[in-house]
Amino acid sequence: MKTFRLGGVHPHDNKITAAVPFRKVPVPEEVTIPLDQHIGAPATVCIAVGDKVKAGQTIGNPGGFVSAAVHSSVSGTVKRIDRVRDAWGVYHPCVIITVEGDEWLEGIDTSDTLVKECALEPKEILDKITASGIVGLGGACFPTQVKLMPPKDCKIDTLIVNAVECEPYLTHNHRLMLEKGDEIMVGVQILLKALGIKKAIIGVENNKRDAIEHLQSLLPTYNISGYDIEVTPLKLKYPQGGEKQLIQALTGRVVRSGAIPAATGAVVQNVATVFAVYEAVQKNKPITEIALTVSGKRVANPGNFILRIGTPLSAAVDMAGGIPDGTGKLICGGPMMGRSMVHLNTPANKRTSAVVMLDESEAVRGKVENCIRCGKCVEACPMGLEPYLLSKMSKMEMYDEAEQHQIFDCIECGCCAFSCPSNRPLLDYVRLGKAQVMSIMKSRNNK
Amino acid sequence: MYISPSPHTHANVSVQKCMRNVLIALLPAYIASLYYFGIGALVVSLISVASCVIFEFLITKYLLKRENTISDLSAVVTGLLLAFNLPSNLPWWIVVLGALFAIGIGKMAFGGLGNNPFNPALVGRVFLLISFPAQMTTWPRPIPFNTAYLDAETGATPLSYMKELAQLDVDTTSSATALRNAASTLESVPDYLHLLTGNIGGSMGEVCAVALIIGFIYLLCTKTITWHIPVSILATVALFTWPLHACNPLTMVDPLTQILTGGLLLGSIFMATDYATSPMTHCGQIIYGIGIGVITVVIRTWGSYPEGMSFAILIMNGITPLINHYVRPKQFSKL
Amino acid sequence: MVLSSVLVLTIIGLVSAVLLYFLLQKFKVEEDPRIDQVQEVLPGANCGGCGSAGCRNFAERCVKADSLEGLNCPVGGAETMKKVGGILGLAAAESTPMVAVVKCQTVCNERPVTSKYDGALNCHISQTLFTGESTCPYSCLGYGDCVNACKFGALSISPKTGSIVVDPDKCTGCGSCVKACPKHIMELRKKWPKNRQIYVKCTNEDKGGIARKDCATACIGCSKCVKECQFEAITVTNNLAHIDTMKCRLCRKCVAVCPTGAIVAENFPKINN
Repeated sequence: MKTFRLGGVHPHDNKITAAVPFRKVPVPEEVTIPLDQHIGAPATVCIAVGDKVKAGQTIGNPGGFVSAAVHSSVSGTVKRIDRVRDAWGVYHPCVIITVEGDEWLEGIDTSDTLVKECALEPKEILDKITASGIVGLGGACFPTQVKLMPPKDCKIDTLIVNAVECEPYLTHNHRLMLEKGDEIMVGVQILLKALGIKKAIIGVENNKRDAIEHLQSLLPTYNISGYDIEVTPLKLKYPQGGEKQLIQALTGRVVRSGAIPAATGAVVQNVATVFAVYEAVQKNKPITEIALTVSGKRVANPGNFILRIGTPLSAAVDMAGGIPDGTGKLICGGPMMGRSMVHLNTPANKRTSAVVMLDESEAVRGKVENCIRCGKCVEACPMGLEPYLLSKMSKMEMYDEAEQHQIFDCIECGCCAFSCPSNRPLLDYVRLGKAQVMSIMKSRNNK
Repeated sequence: MYISPSPHTHANVSVQKCMRNVLIALLPAYIASLYYFGIGALVVSLISVASCVIFEFLITKYLLKRENTISDLSAVVTGLLLAFNLPSNLPWWIVVLGALFAIGIGKMAFGGLGNNPFNPALVGRVFLLISFPAQMTTWPRPIPFNTAYLDAETGATPLSYMKELAQLDVDTTSSATALRNAASTLESVPDYLHLLTGNIGGSMGEVCAVALIIGFIYLLCTKTITWHIPVSILATVALFTWPLHACNPLTMVDPLTQILTGGLLLGSIFMATDYATSPMTHCGQIIYGIGIGVITVVIRTWGSYPEGMSFAILIMNGITPLINHYVRPKQFSKL
Repeated sequence: MVLSSVLVLTIIGLVSAVLLYFLLQKFKVEEDPRIDQVQEVLPGANCGGCGSAGCRNFAERCVKADSLEGLNCPVGGAETMKKVGGILGLAAAESTPMVAVVKCQTVCNERPVTSKYDGALNCHISQTLFTGESTCPYSCLGYGDCVNACKFGALSISPKTGSIVVDPDKCTGCGSCVKACPKHIMELRKKWPKNRQIYVKCTNEDKGGIARKDCATACIGCSKCVKECQFEAITVTNNLAHIDTMKCRLCRKCVAVCPTGAIVAENFPKINN
């Protein structure tokens, strides 16, 4: 079975919620919709306080080339447009809407009927994706239309669908594949059409056998008129879902230092993004809902949820049975790359994919001891770096040396700190050093 | 709520667990040495372990004024490995001296575990070897459940026979008596069965090859170490001594005997693989292993000491930073 | 035997000496001798407070410069600059001695604490993750990047309150801590006799109500101090008062009117009432 070549670790996958179907979280009384749910410039507001909005209506236009539109997820009245603190205390520009009923904008199909045929031209597809505010839902939130328009010198021949879901606990992609398999296949066809190619590979990790079999059973129906879609099971290993690792695992091609992934001829899209593309193009429905896994070893009723953007995360967590006693850490995302949160009173947005609650005993880091130079971090690093050295260099502010050792290649996957027997905060310092080196390199290039 | 940068989960590993695995892996060889050397082995090992732990505790508490680190078990490992490298009839005060040197100079002087450039147990052993050559090179004969300690009956080791052989002059081997001498010495080298079970003279922990190999398998299964260092050392020794044996079967023993004698197995499985003093990358580890193998054979064959393992490991320990500097892991972007 | 070894060693020594002499001549770097002289009188802390990369670099800049305008060693102060001026035959520019202050009260019982940070103890690392263990997003993180940056041992973390404490006698005003703080809490202010100081010990730019909820001693931007000040030293921008250190005369009237205690007066004799 295929997998990426270097490093990697095997955290316990804890996919407790794999068999739990999606549940809808009721629309709350008030939603807070951030205007910067993506990489790049925040969206510019195009409504005013007091305006009546319908669900699916655009409330923010893209603020630049790398930016995305923001839509209202509910119908109601705009109450405030203000800076709101998120779960980390950072201010974000937000639109706060008081919910009145649930009325959708005309032309949006909210039914579950499958629409297979797509007669649109590639340009029209791209326009619809742009208008629907679609971003990469794997966590990076990079605007999708930018990824679908690679530079002229990159010859794209393969679309890779990232359905790896290598983070422990997370299962919403798995559920999506089981419940919306047909929609995903149509979405893949639409993306292939937009890119003007025929070849797509859906990479799924082998702990989701049922999803692999389900998708494979659908292939004959969709591999018509030249489409060549294949579903490839991948050997279990973290961080398989990293863009560079996935391209290497599936095609054997390598993204060079500093190059964009498209330079290898492959475009990677998350499976949730593919579904969002289907909804946007076939049903005219922009991103107004997100899928969320709420999980944890002691959570009473863990599961997968669908909730409107702007709903506080606490609404979904309450449906899952609330925060269990003795919880020491709330994580937005998975335990390997997610961010730990201070509280749950923060709106769900395109960046959120899970709330994982860890017990206090799991949550607290072990005592930091001397580096014993065991080399486990070097062995674990999927980028072939030397984390023990890079973290030391960052700590001592030796940024020139860190640059020579390619600190900028770090994908911040956390394998090094995960495997360190001395509990050293390797990634903490490497991340700091990487940010410093990147800014030094940027200012040098600007000179 | 606790808040920290990612990752929020951790592999179930710790320094203490690694060291505990090493101790478990040393257990079979320890039992074998208790069987063959009896009371002497028990006394030497207990004194060595206890003094290593006590010295580390005293040094961290009174000299360095730091939190003590004895709970990570590394001092226990150092103590046991030091004992494994000593003859079981060594007077107790020499053992204590060796432990003081191993922990004090070999480890704590550099800042404790992880900062030591040389394997502490070997530093202690080599210090004793140079300071007390007579006591360090008379080994007791293996007698099951021996109750004698200092007055244990001593005898030659396979390595001393091998040294004797190698030093026979090529010219004199042509004469009839010399040839007969060589043949009789060659016969005194024990056969494979004795070498494997450990029914031979030598330092207390190095004799039983089977027990050491069981420990090696345990370390591999628990992923405490990788195969790279031990296998590259053993392969180098085998490849290097094979032509020497083929050219001169009278004065050189065969490669397998070379591997099974002396501290080669103990050194390559437990001493050379010490985390702090071996290279980080697999490629570097193989270079390091080859270096140890070559130096060992050179000392065994042409040097004045019968055994070269400790010196070989210490020399390559010294070269490790250089290997780490030049041998980089293979980078993803350059695959 | 003895003779030959002595002879050989002498010859080796002589040849090496000659070789060294010629190599020295060939690779000699012509340098203004005054650079060494200037460096001699500098404090040698290499703190970077002057804006140069270390004392040597500053000495080079001084020697090259036509006047000492804009060149100031904050550590050595006027005395050092006078010596430098003496060596170079230039007049030393006027400079005001400065001292660092911490613009956050950081006393944890004044602010609701919401979480416990468990990562590497470094302000920049925790800054990229969240805004701090308390609700106030502007507050001091307390992991001591400024303490590590200080080359003079003037800063310390109070073990009792967890707040940063400046020892004004040791502080040279080099500004390393100002650069090191990711929250911009450190400020350089004019050094007064007896280390007296009056400043707004807060950086919260939120509106009054929010700021008040986050911290009992936050500046709420009420502007009472602005009206009280006779020297027009105080301005309020973004709901935060700031006292211009050059205009302030230490009259302490603003301290009395501040409703939250955000303006502090340090090292004044206690008023009995």
